[in-house]
Amino acid sequence: MKRLHSISDLTRWRNELAARPRPDAVVRVCSTGCRALGALEVCGALEEEIARRGLGDRVRVVRAGCHGLCAGAVAVVVDPQGVFYQGVKASDVPDIVEQTLLAGKTIDRLCWSSDGQAVPQQQDVPFYKHQTRRVLRHCGVVDPQSIEDSVAHGAYAAAAAVLGSRQPEDVIAEVTRSGLRGRGGAGFPTGKKWHLARQATGDPKYIICNADEGDPGAFMDRALLEGDPHLVIEGMIIGAFAIEARHGVIYVRAEYPIAVEHTKLAIAQAREAGLLGGNILGTGVNFDIETRIGAGAFVCGEETALIASVEGRRGMPRPRPPFPAVAGLHGKPTNINNVETWANVPRVIEMGAEAYASVGTDGSKGTKIFALAGKVTSTGLVEVPMGATLRRIVFDIGGGIPAGRKFKAAQMGGPSGGCVPAQYLDLPIDYDSVKAVGAIMGSGGLIVMDEATCMVDIARFFTDFCQKESCGKCSPCRIGTRRMLEILNRITDGNGEPEDIDRLQRLGEMIRETSLCGLGQTAPNPVLSTLRWFRDEYEAHIHDRRCPAGACRKLLTYRIDAQKCKGCTVCAANCPAGAIVGERKRPHAIVLEKCVRCGACSAVCRFDAVVCE
Amino acid sequence: MTQSSLAAAGPSDAEIASALDRLAVSPASNLIAVLQEVQEKFGYLPAPALKEIGRRTRIPLSRVYGVLSFYAQFYTEPRGRHTVRCCRGTACHVRGAGRVLDAVERELGIGEGETTPDLVFYLETVACLGTCFLAPVMMIDNGYFGNLAPESISAILGSYRSKAT
Repeated sequence: MKRLHSISDLTRWRNELAARPRPDAVVRVCSTGCRALGALEVCGALEEEIARRGLGDRVRVVRAGCHGLCAGAVAVVVDPQGVFYQGVKASDVPDIVEQTLLAGKTIDRLCWSSDGQAVPQQQDVPFYKHQTRRVLRHCGVVDPQSIEDSVAHGAYAAAAAVLGSRQPEDVIAEVTRSGLRGRGGAGFPTGKKWHLARQATGDPKYIICNADEGDPGAFMDRALLEGDPHLVIEGMIIGAFAIEARHGVIYVRAEYPIAVEHTKLAIAQAREAGLLGGNILGTGVNFDIETRIGAGAFVCGEETALIASVEGRRGMPRPRPPFPAVAGLHGKPTNINNVETWANVPRVIEMGAEAYASVGTDGSKGTKIFALAGKVTSTGLVEVPMGATLRRIVFDIGGGIPAGRKFKAAQMGGPSGGCVPAQYLDLPIDYDSVKAVGAIMGSGGLIVMDEATCMVDIARFFTDFCQKESCGKCSPCRIGTRRMLEILNRITDGNGEPEDIDRLQRLGEMIRETSLCGLGQTAPNPVLSTLRWFRDEYEAHIHDRRCPAGACRKLLTYRIDAQKCKGCTVCAANCPAGAIVGERKRPHAIVLEKCVRCGACSAVCRFDAVVCE
Repeated sequence: MTQSSLAAAGPSDAEIASALDRLAVSPASNLIAVLQEVQEKFGYLPAPALKEIGRRTRIPLSRVYGVLSFYAQFYTEPRGRHTVRCCRGTACHVRGAGRVLDAVERELGIGEGETTPDLVFYLETVACLGTCFLAPVMMIDNGYFGNLAPESISAILGSYRSKAT
């Protein structure tokens, strides 16, 4: 790798990289998220087969980042045709090489299909057709372990333009005009945040990238750091220039080993190329980044707790003010943004504030990445303009609910968020509209729930999460979430009392008003929002001792329909509690006192004879 | 082998000293980073190592313990050879993670945060593995197992048990 001493060095390097002979074909395999289903084996098989056939000079295999359509893991894109293959296994590799790479034919069985018709082109697959992939543009395209590949695709051009010919105030003004708001949850205007940190007195100043993506159900920051880490670093360089910070920290959770590896590698490469460190590109700007690995505490996503953790202490929040912009890391002015926010910054500079703000709603500009999961067909990462509707995301892009079930709600914003019910499917989603219906945009986790999901159980689930993750510093959060959990446990166990609904409401409002930090203030949201939209489900649990969704186990009864049972004994053999009795070829029965309601019998019965009520 | 006999076979003072020398542990070190490195080295945080870390960083042992007990990923006792991590994230939850965890607990005869008596498995739950598209998911060491059903647990754990013996 060469060391760059000036901005023209960078331009020259990019031109050299672009002028390299291009291979006839490029096979891009998602080697990050899809690793869970054997992506590395697919890469290995491809490289072996290509070498065996002597195609090494003509075909390049890229171990790329996430393609987004995680339901199609292992996902592979073949260029220049732009063919999208899903569910690829190592055993499919000979066919891909033989038919697609050599004969130019697509393989229908690996394509996404619509009504039995194969859709070979990635751009025609509905999951991609309705997206606006700005921030994710190069995720799944570049090799995240190669700075050359990123630079060839334009990385660091925006940073170079800023360092070479802009004033810090002018950069902040541009970011302010773009309308970019923090993508981590609260949606604070990024330009304003930078302005406060720039104005604050203190030396040195710090910037932090919050990659402690702890909301269950959110994985966009993971994908960005794994698939396009140089984009995040570039955003931080621009921010450091604007704020005049000399030190940066990326705080990433230890649960994301690939993100940690790619981030560290990208920082080392950028430093070697002269894009980080002293006198960046000969402009006199000094800025370097170090990584800190989280040690497993959800509350560290809160900025003051995160700072305590970076300093090597217990990750407990403290009251604000003073805000980190005034007194942050080591007591110095500190600006914290999350991964997706930093990744938006180079796009603001490349496009210019006006073009950037050309999509979105009045109060929320640009695009937002959602992590689509739960009861939806095409799970994955989706980037859409602010103001897209839930219907567009869940149905047009996500392909709707599997097994012909009905959409009930979307849980947005993780443990701090709430449920958006079906009547708001056509609500344009932005920071303000989501808040108005009792949820929050949060980091963009979007869990789809169908009629078999119990909303009381979901509220109990999130309360359990917040109670476990409460740091214990303030009593409303420490004790309040525990009391709420006790009430919810009682309700889902069938022992709820009629007064419990009011108790939850009062307790929830008290915790929201009086907790110290964001974790506690938002912890009651899942309960309050389900009480608002699904109060009837609470009432059914309490008054009728019944779970309408059939999800709360203690409220279920399993029995065997003697008419349907053939006496095959499979259920008895699979019952972990030995609760099923009966002779071979005679109808069996469940001993209710022994039944642990695990559902194993129902899952193995071939005659549909197990009834669950 | 019991837990205590294994603990007795922990690293010697000399091994601890040499590990801390290599990390150049000093009052300028970041405590969390040091604890992470030491745990990486020994598989857990042995009590004599904590004392030595406190001495070298000039951080009182009480504060060292306060920090390590705050974070989920530090542990002061050796754990099973294989770590089973059941995801309790939202996507996993709505797709039946509770039943999967029940099946794992039944199969191993231990609860969350416990090690099997033969020291083969340690079981923990994690908030989210970020692999929601595979829900419900568990990890055993660095391997992912997705789209799980309670019925599939026995065979998966069995394959690790046979590897262990």
